[in-house]
Amino acid sequence: MLLNQFLILSAVLFSIGVYGVLARRNGVLVLMSIELILNAVNINLVAFGAFRASVSGEVFALFVIAVAAAEVGVGLAMVLLLYRNRRSIDLTLIDQLRG
Amino acid sequence: MDVLLTIGSAAGDGLALGITEGGSWLLRNVWLIPLLPALSFIGILFFGKKMPRGGSELGIAAVGIAFVLALLTGIAWIDHRDNFHGGEVHVAVVQVDDHGVAHGDDHGAGHEPGHPSLAVHRTATWFQTNGVEFTVGTLVDGLAVMMLLVVTLVSLLVHVYSTDYVHGDRRYTHFFAFLSLFSASMLLLVVSENTLQLLCAWELVGVCSFALIGHWWEEKPNSDAALKAFLTNRVGDMGLLVGVTVLFFAAGSALPDRFGSFSIAETNALANSGALSHTTLVVAASCLMAAVMSKSGQFFLHTWLPDAMAGPTPVSALIHAATMVVAGVFMIARMYGVFFEGFQIGGSSINLMAFIGGLTTIVGALLAFVQRDIKKVLAYSTISQLGYMVLALGVGAWTAAVFHLFTHAFFKACLFLGSGSVSHAVHSFDMKSDMGGLRKDMPHTYRTFMIGTVALAGLPPLAGFWSKDEILVGTGGWGLMGGTGGNGAYTLMLGMGMLTAALTAAYMTRCVYLTFFGEFRGHGEPHESGPRITGPLWILAGLAIVAGFFNMPKGFQLAPGSLQERFGHFVEPVAGYFPAISHATPSWSLAIVSTLVVIGGIAASGWYYFIKVEAASKAVGTSLTELPDGPTTKYPLARMGHTLLSNKYYLDHFYNGVVADGTKGPLARMANRINQDVIDRTVDVVGETAVKAGTVVYEKIDQLVVDGAVNASGRGSSSAGEELRKINSGKVQSYAAILFAAATVLAGILIVLV
Repeated sequence: MLLNQFLILSAVLFSIGVYGVLARRNGVLVLMSIELILNAVNINLVAFGAFRASVSGEVFALFVIAVAAAEVGVGLAMVLLLYRNRRSIDLTLIDQLRG
Repeated sequence: MDVLLTIGSAAGDGLALGITEGGSWLLRNVWLIPLLPALSFIGILFFGKKMPRGGSELGIAAVGIAFVLALLTGIAWIDHRDNFHGGEVHVAVVQVDDHGVAHGDDHGAGHEPGHPSLAVHRTATWFQTNGVEFTVGTLVDGLAVMMLLVVTLVSLLVHVYSTDYVHGDRRYTHFFAFLSLFSASMLLLVVSENTLQLLCAWELVGVCSFALIGHWWEEKPNSDAALKAFLTNRVGDMGLLVGVTVLFFAAGSALPDRFGSFSIAETNALANSGALSHTTLVVAASCLMAAVMSKSGQFFLHTWLPDAMAGPTPVSALIHAATMVVAGVFMIARMYGVFFEGFQIGGSSINLMAFIGGLTTIVGALLAFVQRDIKKVLAYSTISQLGYMVLALGVGAWTAAVFHLFTHAFFKACLFLGSGSVSHAVHSFDMKSDMGGLRKDMPHTYRTFMIGTVALAGLPPLAGFWSKDEILVGTGGWGLMGGTGGNGAYTLMLGMGMLTAALTAAYMTRCVYLTFFGEFRGHGEPHESGPRITGPLWILAGLAIVAGFFNMPKGFQLAPGSLQERFGHFVEPVAGYFPAISHATPSWSLAIVSTLVVIGGIAASGWYYFIKVEAASKAVGTSLTELPDGPTTKYPLARMGHTLLSNKYYLDHFYNGVVADGTKGPLARMANRINQDVIDRTVDVVGETAVKAGTVVYEKIDQLVVDGAVNASGRGSSSAGEELRKINSGKVQSYAAILFAAATVLAGILIVLV
């Protein structure tokens, strides 16, 4: 089985996601990039699960999807609140928690 | 091969102590007797003032019940002495074999069928420390029972007497409280099972003595006398403390698996068996002897006793004549195994105890001649008689000494209470200026005083004769004339005893003449005291007559055999804790000679006072107390003697002037110099050095090193924080960048390492 292709796809997705998280200033896009990272991981889990003829990978992936849905729900709610309060969802402007 | 222990039975059962844990209920529960007056002490102290009779009824009731209990205990002991066949206590001892190697007697403690005359022993744990158990308990034998009877009886009579004598006193209630405490302490002392308990009781009676001598402390001489009594007793108490400690460790070394032992029975039995070294016993006996000398007023620590007469007369009768001052004699009798072996009484002709006793008895009797104060005559007489008892113990006449203690308690208490009755009537103790001719005004006091005097002088058949005669026989110095079988040949002691017999008769004759004969020299109208005073007097006088019959000598033809030596039979132990003493054979010739000596003393003194002084009084027309041209004015030697006696052998001068001032003056100066030049100097130097060292430490170490380090670390963390705060930008993406960078680095490390 061609495990390599899945791992390469996963690594590419992960890297795109990291780039998105670090470089994008739009909060929604950052959340979407996080989704990319998570899905890269999901691909890895499913690929290894199939490779080892075990359902554990798929089960873990399902859990990750469920948790990611919840995370996106919270994240979008926060972005919405940010927009309401500040009329902007630019993450570089939000630095009130600095020391 | 075992060389020790001939007392225990053959198969090495251990050392037989001569005590039993059995016995009748009364004998095992004598602790009730001291408990009663102890409770009454507390009761009087807290509730006495509210009672209708100021607490005296409580004291009398407690001592009265104690007396009844003591009587019952005495009856129980008489039965126990001959008819008890219970188990005897044995203890294991360290035996020394021929090679000098000590090893434990592994048969251990056990109970064996005993013989009669076992003392009844009962203990309870007092406290435990470091695995050593200290007990408190009772050891009841004939001696203890006899003392219980004497103490409770005299105490009861003195209580009754005091209700009249100190009537209306401002510290009436306290007086009775301390009488109760004294009774409790003395009773505790006589039933003591171990020396530690004995020591505590010994100190307690000393405290009571102090409090009661100083009962009227508002007057300086009284509180001085109390202090003097207390301090003089301290001197001896040090001896007691050391002696008891020495015996504790000595007994411990002889008992396997035991650290030490305060038990009187064990200590005595070990001393008797030879398990304790002679050196130890000499040291212990000498230390204990110092305690006896102070408590029982032996020469040269006797000086407190005459001064103790500053206390109320009932106190003098109870404490300073009948009971407390015989505590020393009792202690010798109790620890007789130690003294007998320590001073090697058997087979000798002189030892420390006998010599001190003999010296005291003469010294005290001589001093009684020059006293004006009737109580001081009796006080010196007490010293003299206590010397007699110590002399008797010193020559091995144990029973005689204890018997003399017994009879002396009655007639001396009678005499003291009589003198109190007289002083109650004439409001003074001075025989020369305030008494004389009282026989007509005070018939009861006069008669009882005469009975006491005759008993003290030792004329047959009154009590003093029998006990004094036994002591003289016991010296064993009468070998030339048929009296033999004593513990040694103490001829010197016999001579001292004889001389004292004559002196005693003479000074009591003088005392009686000055008090009751001639014409009244005082002021006012003396009258007889009330029944609460004369009642006890008559009871004591009756006992002074009959007490001697309890111990009529063996082989005395006029008494039936069943009445001979009853006292000795029931009081003298035949047990492992008592040494094997031999008993002198009584002698008619000695009795006759000693009686003649007494009559000689009475005759000489009577001739001087009843004939010469009486005639001179008639010639002058007033009642004289001595001849105007008597021997002290005619002969310089007699005058010197009189001066010496008047100054009490200058002992008080010696103690105050030489010992006390000698200690106070140079010692104090030296102490001051040491204090100023050595101790203070040292302290100063140490202080200055400390200040200098402190300055150096502050400037160099504290400021430079410690503070420097603290400041440097503060500045370091401050600048580190300054740099680090830049990381904390508050921007989510820079945090995420750091997170991923760190993860990358860690992943890199993982790859490189794995």
